[in-house]
Amino acid sequence: MPEQGRVITYADAGVEALREEMARDDSIVYIGQGIGPRGGNFRQTRGLWKEFGDERLRDTGICELGATGVAIGAAMAGTRTVVDEVFLDFALEAITQIVQQAANISYMSNGKIKAPVVVRGAMGAVRNAGAHHSHTFYNWFANTPGLKVALPSNPYDLKGLFKTALRDPGPVMLIEHKSLYNTKGVVPEEGYLIPFGEARVVREGHDLTIVAMSRMVELATKAAVVLAQEGVSAEVIDPRTIVPLDRQKITESIRKTGRLVVIDESPSSCSFAAELLAIAAEDCFDKLLVPPKRINSLPVPNPFSPVLENQMIPSVDRIVSVVHNMMRPLRRTS
Amino acid sequence: MPEPLLTERISKEQLFNYYKKILELRLFELKVQELYRNGRLPGFVHLYVGEEAVAVGVCSNLERQDLIFSTHRGHGHALAKGVPAKIVLAELWGKTTGSSGGRGGSMHMYAPEYGFMGTNGIVGAPIPLATGAALSAKVRKNNQVVVCFFGDGAVNSGSFHEAVNLGAVWNLPVVYVCENNLYATEMAFLRATKNTSIASRAAVYGMVGIEVDGQDVVAVHEAAQTAIGRARSGGGPTLIECKTYRYVGHHEGDPGTDYRTREEVQQWKQRDPVKLARKVLLESGGADETILQSADQEVEQLIDQAVEFAENSPEPSADSVNEHVF
Repeated sequence: MPEQGRVITYADAGVEALREEMARDDSIVYIGQGIGPRGGNFRQTRGLWKEFGDERLRDTGICELGATGVAIGAAMAGTRTVVDEVFLDFALEAITQIVQQAANISYMSNGKIKAPVVVRGAMGAVRNAGAHHSHTFYNWFANTPGLKVALPSNPYDLKGLFKTALRDPGPVMLIEHKSLYNTKGVVPEEGYLIPFGEARVVREGHDLTIVAMSRMVELATKAAVVLAQEGVSAEVIDPRTIVPLDRQKITESIRKTGRLVVIDESPSSCSFAAELLAIAAEDCFDKLLVPPKRINSLPVPNPFSPVLENQMIPSVDRIVSVVHNMMRPLRRTS
Repeated sequence: MPEPLLTERISKEQLFNYYKKILELRLFELKVQELYRNGRLPGFVHLYVGEEAVAVGVCSNLERQDLIFSTHRGHGHALAKGVPAKIVLAELWGKTTGSSGGRGGSMHMYAPEYGFMGTNGIVGAPIPLATGAALSAKVRKNNQVVVCFFGDGAVNSGSFHEAVNLGAVWNLPVVYVCENNLYATEMAFLRATKNTSIASRAAVYGMVGIEVDGQDVVAVHEAAQTAIGRARSGGGPTLIECKTYRYVGHHEGDPGTDYRTREEVQQWKQRDPVKLARKVLLESGGADETILQSADQEVEQLIDQAVEFAENSPEPSADSVNEHVF
């Protein structure tokens, strides 16, 4: 990931990925509400309609079930599509098409039919949107055989992962984070792909491993800076895609540090953090110095009140405090 | 000007082919019923007995590259689109030679090489998918037409409304064929909705809707011919409501008698699609009894060969369970 160069927003990095791929592959059709002249609720398709027109940027009314099924059916018939749910929450209207049709089609057809569709949606808490617009259920899709799940945490990764998704033979859930759209980062102007299943070591360290997804990467990195000032060296890993998962890079880090904490914006029970703790137990049990920990959102619907929502979501303070406990010298019973 | 005679509109050869295809669908399903009742086939099956004229009448207008999307009651659609009986039966048997290599079964069988885009275990789900395939045809300008079959049970679902609306507003080359067999599982259509004309719903979306006698293969063929022609020439979608009936229960194992009377079933059997097609063929001079007898034998042999093929085909290797997930 380059440290110097052109700086653009996360939203524009997604637009750039689309522009490059739609120019390269003229079969790509983009379907969703408000993605035409308006340029997307989050400006996530800004400028594309002028370039590619109504035929390829298909604005719809409010009909996620129909639009998602249409995108999947077109993909089954050989036209690569993107369906934009805008808010990931709205994918719930369409989840039967995603899980029952898109995810299953390759297997059910013995590999004869593929559905090259990117289902795009933005998750997570932003500006106290309340319970209907803040869900983070990406772990549900990771539990569905046949779906790939990408969670870009920064502009560079969004461009590279989106472009890879647009060349993948099967359905990909591209799950962005709403509060990242206006964040900025270095993104090369030339095209590049980020392969699925390659985790990124955001920061190297040797005392503990912090695995974080999506916006939580930012919090994990801030916590690592605080910890470094206290003399604790944290390695931060961003899986980037959770299906496929770079199990090797993650377990190598855990085996090196002997400590694991996972930061995950969804609630802990049956979460992806739970999966990573299970992997640590299976693959790194002999190397663990302390029990692995997970830091999730509290198991409540996203509250409206800023005070309550801040209490619900993982914070830098919570991460630092959990790590303090993990770094205490072990009490020996001999 | 008087309407042209039947034989001026449809050749005797066509009538003969429709009859044979309808009989193939009928005998195939009766064989599946027998095999299933004898415990030979795993899973669940929903049989198409009584509704054959719809699939045959519609698909007789399609080219091989045209696509159809089917339902949980879809064996007949696969056969009518040209998927060989032995491939369909092998799938029902879970064999490697089946259309999905045994990974799909009755409600998840796919043969894109014949333009058959699948049966489906989810009522209503194929309507958005077919609409999407029609969008693909439109943007690729490949002259394909897509037909979507569904039952009366699907039309009160959100999938129907959302997808048909998109098909209409985007003027897509798709034909929506509703097989109204009067019952969604056990729920009588008359009890499920207040406006009982499905064809009339087309007006809501600004497209053409027609109602047709689903037991009469010629009537279905002609209605579909117009609709498919409209779709192919850029005139957009059509909703065709075919009035039909299943003689059997919802699935094998459902006697189908708790929610409808034996008299009603008998009444529908008076207008049996096989008998009607046979009658039209004889009256038009397309065949005589001798020719029909040999045609019947030919179809029976085809089904017997399908059974032999499927029965003797290998099971998938257990090691292959992880293949084709992505």
